Amino acid sequence: MIAELGLAALWLAAALAGLQLLAGVVGLRDSGARIAALVRPAAVVQALLCALAFGALLLLFIRTDLSVALVARNSHSAKPFIFKLAGTWGNHEGSMLLWVSVMALAGGLIGLLERRLPERTMIATLAAQAFVGLGFYAFLLFSSNPFERLAQPPAEGMGLNPLLQDIGLAMHPPTLYMGYVGLSVAFSFAVGALLTRQVTPDFAKVMRPWVLGAWIFLTLGITAGSYWAYYELGWGGWWFWDPVENASLMPWLAATALLHSASVLASRDALRAWTIMLGVIAFSMSMLGTFLVRSGILTSVHAFAVDPERGTFILALLALNVGGALLLFAMRANTISEGQRFSVLSREGALVVNNVALSAILGIVLLGTLYPLLTEAFDVKVSVGPPYFNPVGAIFFLPMLVVLAIGPLLRWRRDSFERIQSPVVAIAVVALAVLAGVYFIAGIALLPLLGLTLAAAVAVASFLPLRGRSLRRLPSPVWGMVVAHFGVAVALFGMASDTAFQQERLVAAEVGDTIEDGPWAITLVSVEPAAGPNWTALEATLAASYKGGTPSIIRPQARSFWTPPQETSEVALLTRWNGQLYAALGGEAEGDRWQLRLWWKPFVTWIWYGGVLIALGGLLALIGRLAGDLKRRNARAQIALRRETTA
Amino acid sequence: MTAGFKPKHQRLVLLLIALIALIGAALLAIWALRNQASYFYVPSDMAADPPEPGQAVRLGGMVEAGSLKTHADGITIDFVVGDGEARIPVVFAGILPDLFVEGSGVVAEGSLRADGTFEATNLLAKHDENYVPRELEDMHAEDRREIVAETTE
Repeated sequence: MIAELGLAALWLAAALAGLQLLAGVVGLRDSGARIAALVRPAAVVQALLCALAFGALLLLFIRTDLSVALVARNSHSAKPFIFKLAGTWGNHEGSMLLWVSVMALAGGLIGLLERRLPERTMIATLAAQAFVGLGFYAFLLFSSNPFERLAQPPAEGMGLNPLLQDIGLAMHPPTLYMGYVGLSVAFSFAVGALLTRQVTPDFAKVMRPWVLGAWIFLTLGITAGSYWAYYELGWGGWWFWDPVENASLMPWLAATALLHSASVLASRDALRAWTIMLGVIAFSMSMLGTFLVRSGILTSVHAFAVDPERGTFILALLALNVGGALLLFAMRANTISEGQRFSVLSREGALVVNNVALSAILGIVLLGTLYPLLTEAFDVKVSVGPPYFNPVGAIFFLPMLVVLAIGPLLRWRRDSFERIQSPVVAIAVVALAVLAGVYFIAGIALLPLLGLTLAAAVAVASFLPLRGRSLRRLPSPVWGMVVAHFGVAVALFGMASDTAFQQERLVAAEVGDTIEDGPWAITLVSVEPAAGPNWTALEATLAASYKGGTPSIIRPQARSFWTPPQETSEVALLTRWNGQLYAALGGEAEGDRWQLRLWWKPFVTWIWYGGVLIALGGLLALIGRLAGDLKRRNARAQIALRRETTA
Repeated sequence: MTAGFKPKHQRLVLLLIALIALIGAALLAIWALRNQASYFYVPSDMAADPPEPGQAVRLGGMVEAGSLKTHADGITIDFVVGDGEARIPVVFAGILPDLFVEGSGVVAEGSLRADGTFEATNLLAKHDENYVPRELEDMHAEDRREIVAETTE
């Protein structure tokens, strides 16, 4: 009954999306048409129906209703409650339903609340949103029905991939989807503005919170995904340039560029066409990411749900949406009039350089990710990894950081070298001091050396925009910028420091042996069996002492799950402020010895602290923008009220 | 420096910089991809036309039964990867992936030494039914049946 209800709600929601599109198109053609008044209510009701459908699927997973094919395939009655919940979106059909639901919710919110743009632009935007949505409804209903029943319910479900039975990962896909879907809203606004030729600062102001929100979620999603890969895969790395990682990085790069160009459009009325273009690219990258992950066309350590047919469907949607938008852009680009002019040496100029660098990095990551597909067409199998991405990406990333340090010091429109001379000299002195110091003391490789240097420069520079300003009256978006830029420095410091200074020991140790790893002395105390709700494990007890201090106990495990049968390595981490000790237990070696892999990773945690700071900066900016919008809305309402009472 | 330009020229300058940077990035990427992409070999390819020593490549095939030996340090292992035509000795130091067993498929990342031994820095074995190293999908049907039989038991 619940499954049928969910399916019915989904069909109704799809029908409403159709109505929303139809009413929108008619409304745009004939501006007096009364049917256009249906667009907003359709968006709101569609959102409610989608929420209902998603709620139904949640309930089915909570009850472990095995007569539903999806539940039988992905759940198990013995699974902990939180993972039953996470099972709802930890699979292809459920995650697509989540996508559609979040998208409908976003459309509903816009339909209910957004009143700043001309009504025609709003109708065009919501129609575009419905168009994109309809593709995903078709995908769900025709090829990935999450509510399909089984004629013969099995006695027990097949369980969830053990690698996915992790609280961090349970939250990972929804976070990324919020980001992807937020970018779909930016895409719809861009298409709406193009259709009605209203590429104005108001358009940028309305779009900006959605881009900010999407960007915050993507930042958190990438940060969490990186930490998950770090401790779950047991390989000690935090970024593998894996296609699935790239699939989340590419939309982030585009969203970062879009965020900055939308700011220029909102406050200076420049970069009009470019902002529209980025809106289209950012969502294209989200769809491409979904395609890469869902189709399994590229091998990946993260590829859990793969199916070529579904990939084809998403590819068709991608071609339709992006191709259509680009065509529209090509037809309309020359009608977008030139925005305000600015000099090369200005805040806008710096932001253009930032946008170009981000786009270049995006292109490099995109080419590297797709290259194996291209060569496969000629029957040559290759894989592209760090030896390509790291140096080639750095060629654009490192200069971008220099601009990131200096750009915020510049004035809008036009500035001079003389005015910013002293802070630039200060930044350069810090950078050179760090460069020389690290080079002579540590003598490390070029990339981490430059990374440490620029981390110091950006860290100092990120606070310079606060000079001579009253900290109490500083608008919160400026705080957001400062915090986010400082976060970049923190993350970069963590990356460079881990790359340059990590120390690895790989040993076969007997119980009682002590292993030295950097400042640590680690004693293998015992190896014992252990058991959990759906796994058994071998558990090593290690006593780790930092520079001869009191030892702490950590317990890495080699786990065996039985539903489905699989083995995983549960690493043990010992976190200090200045880094992490990372321990993984391998198998048994001859002579009563156990394989241990130990890393001392100085400041590695700063990578993720930095990621969180970047997201926090975005949140500060978002709060500031929304508070400002709310204030203006209230002021306007009061004026309207006063007018009514006087009239 | 740029203050002498007219605003219209400044716009042109920015546009040119952007174009040059983006085209440069594309050319650089294509050039780097040709040099840095790591090629996939099966043992018979590697025997017939070996890659340069030290160049990062990947080797995929079946771990030959009876070839797995652990060194005295308890960490280093060597084994032979074959495809029915050629056999390549592989040496690896590290924790073996779960389900890495003789007679199963493996993809080894690493490089060929001058003495003809393949030095693996990472091994990818078949993890579970949802993850087959892509290169192994094209292996002989009987090999694949073996992998499936071995991992689903």
